[in-house]
Amino acid sequence: MTFARDVATTVRSGARTARDVVDEHLARIEERDPELHAFNLVLADEARAEADAVDERVRRGEYPGPLAGVPVALKDNFCTRGVPTTCSSKILEGWRPPYDATVVTRLRKAGAVIIGKTNLDEFAMGSSTENSAFGPTRNPHDPTRVPGGSSGGSAAAVAADFAPLAFGSDTGGSIRQPAALCGVVGMKPTYGLVSRYGLVAFASSLDQIGPFATTVADAALAFETIAGHDPCDTTSIPEQVPSVTETLDEGVDGLRIGVISEFLEADGLAPDVAAKVRDAADALERAGAKVEDASVPSTIYGLSAYYLIAPAEASSNLARYDGVRYGLRVDAPTTADMNAATRTAGFGAEVKRRIMLGTYALSAGYYDAYYGKALRVRTLILRDFERAYESFDLLLGPTAPATAFPFGAKADPLAMYLNDVFTIPSNLAGHPAVSLPFGTGDDGLPVGVQVLAPALAEASMFRAAAALEAAT
Amino acid sequence: MPPISRDDVLHVAKLARLDLTDAELELFTPQLAAVIEHAADVEALDVADVPPTAHPYPLRNVLRPDELRPGVDREEVLAMAPDVEDGRFRVPPILGDEP
Repeated sequence: MTFARDVATTVRSGARTARDVVDEHLARIEERDPELHAFNLVLADEARAEADAVDERVRRGEYPGPLAGVPVALKDNFCTRGVPTTCSSKILEGWRPPYDATVVTRLRKAGAVIIGKTNLDEFAMGSSTENSAFGPTRNPHDPTRVPGGSSGGSAAAVAADFAPLAFGSDTGGSIRQPAALCGVVGMKPTYGLVSRYGLVAFASSLDQIGPFATTVADAALAFETIAGHDPCDTTSIPEQVPSVTETLDEGVDGLRIGVISEFLEADGLAPDVAAKVRDAADALERAGAKVEDASVPSTIYGLSAYYLIAPAEASSNLARYDGVRYGLRVDAPTTADMNAATRTAGFGAEVKRRIMLGTYALSAGYYDAYYGKALRVRTLILRDFERAYESFDLLLGPTAPATAFPFGAKADPLAMYLNDVFTIPSNLAGHPAVSLPFGTGDDGLPVGVQVLAPALAEASMFRAAAALEAAT
Repeated sequence: MPPISRDDVLHVAKLARLDLTDAELELFTPQLAAVIEHAADVEALDVADVPPTAHPYPLRNVLRPDELRPGVDREEVLAMAPDVEDGRFRVPPILGDEP
């Protein structure tokens, strides 16, 4: 595996060129991506040109940035100016955005080299990448199994060493769950710390961009690079970005860590995953943390609330795909018919289901019973987390209920949604959480454990993750 | 709440500007009903006294100085549109007959 920190250090020192690094990764992509399909688009020529520019800065003696020469893969729902951005949907096939997402601008400024756009479940709706209009991504650990989703392409790209870093979006677990299934580190920041400007919107009160990496230290570095206030995003928070890389190795001595009982007792949690969570708790205790059981009772309602709130927001956000300004248009005699013909042809089944679910939850007669109630449950979950964080600094739990499952195993939508049961509460609360690999299950496939933290507590969260990583 | 019916699904599809085939209607109705049924555990909670949370943080209005700033390039935007005329988006008739 290549590590982002090592690449940046060697490129900055001149010991190795960024061009050489990018060529090595492009060769691996060429060799194995036809099988895995992590990428919707590989930007070989553009990446070589960006790498050459980094090398030129090194030659001129300029500081080329914290991610100098590091190849990065971007989920294909990040806007990249002039470069196709599909969201793995036929409705946006061929669309080239007229601007870059803020995260893309920040990564370029940091010296990163954008190597390609990765596959996802259409519009980030799914937990397996099986909902991509362009075919699924395969899990590098076992190509007969899903990589998780929705950022499955980004997770697979890092696991297959196509790029030391990748970025995704997490609305209900879409970074952490595929990270767990692919055996890499995946992190969702505090809501508002990373700009959503240029991230194609799914559910705006939940969406957050975050990194994938092979090590906790690389994920921490990537998080610091992309975080920070952005006037282009009205939900971007002005608070200081927590410095996480400097304190990474300070250990967990004295930290109070709660193991979420409701997660460990949940129906559907595989025993081998539960065992790993208990092992992780023991490892943290040995490292000096004070570990006890914690109760966050209303998190069990998180899934129900999420599958009303997220579709409701999606039904509104996806109204913009109407065949007028960009993307697909299917001609019809009137605009209303054209709108319907375009949406009918352009959206896949899962996107249609969520739009209809959200439209239903918001419709007259059902609004109070469904959407309104879900928003009140969201308050309960926030309150329960607040109470838990009076006694604990961090919480620990599983990321996904089981290891990677075979293609087609969860054809029933509700069965698929249950994958997100442990990741959703952090999105509803706007809190940060990180999944990191912690051994393997009975089938030999990676298991992810999740460290949850209150808003803006990324520093202690990363410290605990680093301690767990050191214990594996 | 009654379970979501075939007519409900047809109604929301129409509101969302989606045309469903009979086969899709047969497929989607029980799938949506299962999700709504799962969500019914939320419906059963007594949360009348709990305020709703629409967003993790209290959103406040954000102001900036009223200064001209470059926006996205008009030609670049229009180049991506399915149909344009005279620098504007062109659509089929909205009301009544063809002009």
